[in-house]
Amino acid sequence: MVEQAVVENTTAGVTAEPGAGVERSDAEPVNKKERRSLYQKRIKIYPKLARGAFRRWKWVIMAVTLSIYYLTPWIRWDRGPNAPDQAVLIDFPSRRFYFFFIEIWPQEVYYLTGLLILAAIGLFLITSLAGRVWCGYTCPQTVWTDLFIAVERLIQGDRAARIRMDKAPWGAEKVVRKVATQVAWIIIAVCTGGAWVFYFADAPTLAGDLLAFQAPPVAYITIGVLTFTTYLLGGFAREQVCTYMCPWPRIQGGLLDEESLVIAYDEDRGEPRGARKKHSHPTDLGDCVACNQCVAVCPMGIDIRDGQQLECITCGLCIDACNSVMDKVGLPRNLISYSTLANVERVRAGEKPKLRLIRLRTVVYSGLIALVGLIMLFTLITRADLDLNILHDRNPLFVTLSDGSIRNGFTVKIINKAHHERTFRLELEGLPGAQLSVVGAGTDPDALTVESDTLASFRVFATVPRETLTDAAVDVEFRVVDRDSGSAITHGSVFRGPQ
Amino acid sequence: MADNKEVDQISGTETTGHEWDGIKELNTPLPRWWLWTFYATCLWALAYWIVMPAWPLISSHTTGLIGYSSRAQLAKSVAEAREAQGAFLDRIEAASLEQIVADQELLEFAMAGGGSAFAVNCSQCHGSGAAGFVGYPNLNDDDWIWGGDLEAISHTIHFGIRSDHDETRFNEMPAYGRDELLTPEEINDVAEYVLSLSGSGEDAAAAARGEVTFAEQCSACHMESGEGDYELGAPNLTDAIWLYGGDKAAVVDTIANSRAGMMPAWTGRLDEATIKQLAIYVHSLGGGE
Repeated sequence: MVEQAVVENTTAGVTAEPGAGVERSDAEPVNKKERRSLYQKRIKIYPKLARGAFRRWKWVIMAVTLSIYYLTPWIRWDRGPNAPDQAVLIDFPSRRFYFFFIEIWPQEVYYLTGLLILAAIGLFLITSLAGRVWCGYTCPQTVWTDLFIAVERLIQGDRAARIRMDKAPWGAEKVVRKVATQVAWIIIAVCTGGAWVFYFADAPTLAGDLLAFQAPPVAYITIGVLTFTTYLLGGFAREQVCTYMCPWPRIQGGLLDEESLVIAYDEDRGEPRGARKKHSHPTDLGDCVACNQCVAVCPMGIDIRDGQQLECITCGLCIDACNSVMDKVGLPRNLISYSTLANVERVRAGEKPKLRLIRLRTVVYSGLIALVGLIMLFTLITRADLDLNILHDRNPLFVTLSDGSIRNGFTVKIINKAHHERTFRLELEGLPGAQLSVVGAGTDPDALTVESDTLASFRVFATVPRETLTDAAVDVEFRVVDRDSGSAITHGSVFRGPQ
Repeated sequence: MADNKEVDQISGTETTGHEWDGIKELNTPLPRWWLWTFYATCLWALAYWIVMPAWPLISSHTTGLIGYSSRAQLAKSVAEAREAQGAFLDRIEAASLEQIVADQELLEFAMAGGGSAFAVNCSQCHGSGAAGFVGYPNLNDDDWIWGGDLEAISHTIHFGIRSDHDETRFNEMPAYGRDELLTPEEINDVAEYVLSLSGSGEDAAAAARGEVTFAEQCSACHMESGEGDYELGAPNLTDAIWLYGGDKAAVVDTIANSRAGMMPAWTGRLDEATIKQLAIYVHSLGGGE
């Protein structure tokens, strides 16, 4: 039994231990700091399937995030007859962004800015509280890589089988399984690119067009590019994206502090590590049984027992792996666990570990989120479905008419964001005696018609007798009143005359 | 080289053998991704030479496999633009000015097309905003010498004023001072009278004397009232708009030396559709009748 416990099968990478039930692995942390040379070719990682709470969480989160991504374009949302019925739609040709009950025009792109600010600060807050949970659970790179590994495992088997297959000479079974894996990956990649384009056009129509080869070339090109990147990043680049391409791990160094959650190996309890007989607890050894399962399951190819590392995305799979082993050998769980650097010190000093969620930075981040969120909510609730813009003619600034009166030309732009045609009355305030006229046959300043969901532009002349004009430049205000609802909007301008 | 490789003690990297004041250059290999990108760009460049026009020859250049030419590309897009405008231009050619104005789609096209034709052909004298200069009429106002309805504007653009075209608009005001038809005193009196028509004269007695001279010399064209006549191209002297200035010196100068601005005839230079668009554009500036 002693012999068995320490044997490591170097050809298959693992050995099953029927007696003790603890699998041992010779898995190498290929991305360990010492091995991380800049000119090192990628060493393939064969992550083993972990079982436990974190693995279950990751399945659930994968299902939820992928469902959101794939299903959102198919949600319908009735906006009436003059607008698309897709809940989330980025409509470039007509320059609109639809998000359920919100409709954003190009000039309101600051809502997008606000959303991005919220997302960024939200990420800061989450990171300072719970560390790299974004990386470990919800980042698309993590989710898709996890999905690709799951497919690989389904077709080629778990870690040991995959290593064995890669080492084996090419044969019928290897060809079939390898090709099947690639085909499955490509199908997922095509679906990923395919779902993306549905956000930019009516999904059912576009789906039909795509299948009939009638869709615009840009749709096929977009799908092609995203298929390629998904296939490459999910199938081959994997952990290298996080380690070498992504700036976020670097930024996070500045967001984490000693009270943030990280995955920590309890060195004081675990070391010195070593193999042992089942249920025997030699006093010269710590709790780590040196089974290497934490390394075998790691998708990033590191050994968590080396301490905090840039590569670690805190997915928690090593916790699952270690806890399974601890249960089998009859030792307490959480030799590897979510902890904070401060708690490691507290435990060393004999204090009770505690979670300090309320800290200066979390308070500041929360405050900022609340502030930006409230500002956005306020502007969203109070925004009108009517907008007005007035452009004064630049050349000529004013025209003297034959009776001596002064005329100014304006371009009046009325945006009707409502989904029905509206008629407006145009008024000019601040200039008594001014007469308004609109260029165009039969256009009356008292009845300017703007079609649903459009911007209409009118050439407007304002004329006043010379003697009522007191200054070379008089501040005026244009006012547009909805003739039915009475809702109004104003826009300032200036009326110019001779010195 | 292979046998006298020198390896840097600290980094463990081979050096190039170059040394400056004891500082040695490491022979660090290029990052693989960089190298492959570099090879790819070399291949791209080679392919580009073959596929696209690239090398200058003595009197021409290599044309490339796909025969691309930016000049042909431009000609194509110009032809496409012409094609797109063609339908509108045909309709404008066929329609009368009134019909164009009544059709919102054609009106917008004509105003845009007229605006760009104006910028190219007319703005040199009338200004980019059509506000004119001294001697060059402001087309935004409602004061017209030869008439401001669509037909009159179109006629003026077609044949010009004192142009070399047979049908040109033409009139001539005598130079009363230069040709000694009136004495300086009489000219002064007429100027006072003309200014008084728009309420800006200063010398009522002179204006009263000038009224007699005006009736004899000027009213044939400018009418008894001084309101002028489109048929004769006689300006309205009672309004607030002065083509050559409305102060007394300018009016005296006009009476003494006459004025004779000219505008070229555009028929033959511009096609019918463009002239129609110009007429509609000018008419839409705010003073059209």
